[in-house]
Amino acid sequence: MRRLVWTASGAALAGLAPMVLANGWNMPVGVTDVSREIHSLHMTIFWICVVIGVIVFGAIFFSLFRYRHSRGHKAAHFHEHTAVEVVWTLIPLLILVAMAVPATATLKSMYDASDAELDVMITGQQWRWRYEYLGEDVAFLSNLATSREAIEGRQAKGEHYLLEVDEPLVLPTGRKVRLLLTSDDVVHSWWVPDLAVKQDAVPGFVNENWVEIDEPGVYRGQCAELCGRNHGFMPAVVRAVEPERFDAWLAERQAAASEAALGLDREWGMAELMEKGEAVYGTICASCHQPDGSGSPPAFPALAGNQALIDDRRRHIETVVNGVAGSAMPAFRGTLNAIELAAVITYERNAWGNDTGDVVQPSAIAERLAD
Amino acid sequence: MASHLPPTSTPQHSQPASAGLAGEAHAPYRGLRRWLLTTNHKEIGTLYLVFSLSMFFIGGLFAMVIRAELFQPGLQLVRPEFFNQMTTMHGLIMVFGAVMPAFVGLANWMVPLQIGAPDMALPRLNNFSFWLLPVAFAILLATLVMPGGAPDFGWTFYAPLSTTYAPPSTTFFIFSLHLAGISSILGAINIIATILNLRAPGMRMMDMPLFVWTWLITAFLLIAVMPVLAGVITMMLLDINFGTSFFNAAGGGDPVLFQHLFWFFGHPEVYIMILPAFGIVSVIIPTFARKRLFGYASMVYATASIAILSFLVWAHHMFIVGLPLVAELFFMYSTMLIAVPTGVKVFNWVTTLFRGSISFEPPMLFALAFVVLFTIGGFSGLMLAIAPADFQYHDTYFVVAHFHYVLVPGAVFAIMAGVYYWLPKWTGHYPHLRLSQWHFWLSVIGVNLTFFPMHFAGLAGMPRRIPDYALQFADFNMVTSLGGFLFGASQLLFVVVVVRCVRGGERAPAKAWEGAEDLEWSLPSPAPLHTFETPPQVRPRES
Repeated sequence: MRRLVWTASGAALAGLAPMVLANGWNMPVGVTDVSREIHSLHMTIFWICVVIGVIVFGAIFFSLFRYRHSRGHKAAHFHEHTAVEVVWTLIPLLILVAMAVPATATLKSMYDASDAELDVMITGQQWRWRYEYLGEDVAFLSNLATSREAIEGRQAKGEHYLLEVDEPLVLPTGRKVRLLLTSDDVVHSWWVPDLAVKQDAVPGFVNENWVEIDEPGVYRGQCAELCGRNHGFMPAVVRAVEPERFDAWLAERQAAASEAALGLDREWGMAELMEKGEAVYGTICASCHQPDGSGSPPAFPALAGNQALIDDRRRHIETVVNGVAGSAMPAFRGTLNAIELAAVITYERNAWGNDTGDVVQPSAIAERLAD
Repeated sequence: MASHLPPTSTPQHSQPASAGLAGEAHAPYRGLRRWLLTTNHKEIGTLYLVFSLSMFFIGGLFAMVIRAELFQPGLQLVRPEFFNQMTTMHGLIMVFGAVMPAFVGLANWMVPLQIGAPDMALPRLNNFSFWLLPVAFAILLATLVMPGGAPDFGWTFYAPLSTTYAPPSTTFFIFSLHLAGISSILGAINIIATILNLRAPGMRMMDMPLFVWTWLITAFLLIAVMPVLAGVITMMLLDINFGTSFFNAAGGGDPVLFQHLFWFFGHPEVYIMILPAFGIVSVIIPTFARKRLFGYASMVYATASIAILSFLVWAHHMFIVGLPLVAELFFMYSTMLIAVPTGVKVFNWVTTLFRGSISFEPPMLFALAFVVLFTIGGFSGLMLAIAPADFQYHDTYFVVAHFHYVLVPGAVFAIMAGVYYWLPKWTGHYPHLRLSQWHFWLSVIGVNLTFFPMHFAGLAGMPRRIPDYALQFADFNMVTSLGGFLFGASQLLFVVVVVRCVRGGERAPAKAWEGAEDLEWSLPSPAPLHTFETPPQVRPRES
């Protein structure tokens, strides 16, 4: 009977182990050299811990069964043994040295971002990422694409619930890419597990990391450092494509960017600014000031019916463009272009019954930005 | 019944409390004034423990809110900003309101009894340091109903989220933490003064029970790091209210400086919450193994080494903040080094059990669970020390699993072990055996169901402090939530056990446990209000 129990529990453990070690329960192996090295470090130290655990817990449970008072066992009297104590101080020390050697090597390669072929600036903002391909004139924002309805349970949750964005960071495979990280507001942390890149984005500092992806694919992660209310709704998604496709994509984006700049000279109508403004407001401003402009005071003031905003157009523009020092309101001059700024300011001045009738022209904003 | 009980001699009833001179010196206040004005170490110890238990339930309630929201994906019960307030308040209340005061309470009760002192060295200061706490935590809890809500930036309150972007209640949070910090510093001074000055004649330092030793070392840690905490929150206060820019990059400040200062306090702080636990377990295991603690001296040295190392490892909480390579290496090596003295402690406990004569009374159950489950927390700690791997573990549920293993089945179980161990001395009654066993087993199952799946969720990629999560984490979270509810509900049993034990139960003799050796067991149970008015004579520990 007893043997049966042992066999059964042994079989259960043996069955469980592969399941536990399979993906979804364990750290992903990932798609870079660094991620594979980290995974193998992780597994090595895991098994070292398992072995130590089996010995220590084995000794405990053996003693608990063997030396029970209820079985009439009499306690021995030893309580010191210098040699034994020296040995179990030295052996762990040696194990630690053995672990430190490969860890040091991996860490060194992780810190070597030299010879990168592409530089990408990643800027954290409450609550989105901004990606800028340095020297390529391509930059865009990457926002959560999961709908509010899905989050609040009024709509089915898709496969990539909370890990989907409107525009992923596109990177080439097989090229070393240097990632430069900073933040516009609080500390964020950009993390994609399959790339084994997790690096804090700290306001006022630029951190460095790098990645060289082996396989095309979509790799999903999210912000890892608590950054305020929507910290859980700030995914970081990377789409890795072959180098040729990446170059084509980059050229396409460059063309689109120069086309967008063309709209600066002409006179914009109220309707088109309102339409564009509503879209910008929805992705950028609504997370704090709410879709209906009601805000969440005291940190985020209401915009609907905000008399200071309605009365003072100059100050409104100044606030959106340059932010408010010492408050949660960031400067959007680096995040949005002149057309987007003009559109969203026009929208805020006319939506939700603000009805000022003001039309803010992109050209005016462009002049303001040039100052 | 009660086969767990040691063979008893004649039951010893408590001596009249007013027998000694001290009893006559104070007019015995009644009712509220008695508790408000008491300078007696036992009464203050009781106040600390009751306060800590109330905070444990308030902090636990916040944890239940968190687990209810995380029971399934999507936002169901609370809004994200309230969720953040819950995680923050849960952490702050548990660390500063539950675990630390519980250890101070145990120290108040037991340090004088274990060293043969009549009271703490500074009784009035003792009263003051306790009564700061209810004020501090009333202020902290009041922030929940202030405009903008309670602090919502995590118990680590990283700037600038906790300064420029913080709710207005943050200033109250800072004041509250200042008060709690002053309380801790004064308490630590008192404990050091007591241990160094009031030991019974004949008791050398190396004769002190390990609970006294670990508390002595902890008290020095408190005095060293609490002022650092006070400094960093004062800098926050200045940033928020007086226009300075310590942590504001736009004004030339440095958000990373905040993290260095915080963790210079924060890492010793986590040892403040575990060293006294080591002490309790080192007292309980020999009692129920009926065998002297193996390697007493090396236990003391290991505790001291852990305390010293704790000042050299703080940046292992900051491996991904952008430290230079040499700093990463230094902090990785120094952190790994902590495994050595910690390992010595575990090996010593195991060797104490080896060839003992072991019985399984409730305090021993909790102490044994401590050794096993704390070691699991130690293993994950060792994994986290490997800096390259920490790039994957950092800020995930793997970390949450790690520190809950060392704090719940670690610190909290040790506190409960201590309470079960000393309840007979405090109340004169044994805790109800069956109920205590139920409490233990439900707690052990609950704690593992709660925290073990967190390892998997973290490795699979779930960041901490999120109110909603991707679908692949759903199963882990559901198990964790169910385990959390079980663990939370089981703690009500603990209250039942303690209340029943205070009111009555099987009478305990002076030496309530057969294998107990320390001085407190020479006193009647329950211990009278004033003890050791004439110092006992202590025979030096033979080696």
